[in-house]
Amino acid sequence: MNAVLDAAATRPVIDATDRRIIIATQAGLPRVARPYHALAAELELSPDEVMARLRRMQSAGVIRRIGAVPNHYRLGYTGNGMSVWDVPDNVVRELGRRIGALEFVSHCYHRPRHLPHWPYNLFAMVHGKDRAEVMSQVQRIAALLGEDVRDYDVLFSTRILKKTGMRLTG
Amino acid sequence: APLNVPAAAELDALDRRIINRLQDGFPISEFPYAEVAAELGTDEAVLLARIDALLERGVLSRFGPMYQAELMGGGLTLAAMQIAPDDFEHVAEQVNAFPEVAHNYARDHEFNMWFVLATDSPERIRAVIRAIEQRTGYPVFNMPKKEEFFVGLKFKV
Repeated sequence: MNAVLDAAATRPVIDATDRRIIIATQAGLPRVARPYHALAAELELSPDEVMARLRRMQSAGVIRRIGAVPNHYRLGYTGNGMSVWDVPDNVVRELGRRIGALEFVSHCYHRPRHLPHWPYNLFAMVHGKDRAEVMSQVQRIAALLGEDVRDYDVLFSTRILKKTGMRLTG
Repeated sequence: APLNVPAAAELDALDRRIINRLQDGFPISEFPYAEVAAELGTDEAVLLARIDALLERGVLSRFGPMYQAELMGGGLTLAAMQIAPDDFEHVAEQVNAFPEVAHNYARDHEFNMWFVLATDSPERIRAVIRAIEQRTGYPVFNMPKKEEFFVGLKFKV
């Protein structure tokens, strides 16, 4: 099987070899001069095959990108607010695109409401040096959304209870 | 200020350039570190040592391919709970004990516990949520993404 996107389900089929590559790189990319060659040796594949499969997974979206994930607290971004917005469903996509493009928003999603407990359908993670900076950025979002905002809230994280990341198991 | 979170790290100019550059993607080629080092005006050995040090110091939590769980055939969701303050630590332990719980954050809101569930198949999400509800005695509000709008890591330093 090839790692191709199933257009209907937008779920690609990754084959057993792709899966071995994913498992071998979940903890990270080897930090040696030729990392893909090192992976290839470990997996008993050719370097060209490893690189070709990584490129294919990247173009299919299975790999978002190859790069670094900073710990935002260690970079001094101690204000991290999850802003949540109740906007009309018929404009959520247009508004989500505009919010997601803001430089201080790292993630932006349309999620389901749970009425009556949870009226919010648009989530935007906002990062700043402190809570005051986050709140001023939230005001910018509110201004951008204008009359489409029916209600909003900001949830600040107070503690990391667990952070292990995702793991595929072999 | 958030509790129990790491303090800001001391970073020099090269660290900052490396952190910014490595959030923009990485080549798939024979000598990718040498290529990126050349862009940054340094050499391969220095770049490798700096990345190692940034990982060791916890400035970077990870360096490598970022996989999208749903496209690998797995399930992924965000879930929230409203836990009574007196029960919070106990329930946090119960929830964290599930290997499918990848991240879990306390937040200052009526919905005070927020976690990401990652499972080997989309169907497993429902079963894990039911198991967490049974174990803790609290309802779990499942909030899977319906659509994603440009996710980029933009922590420029």
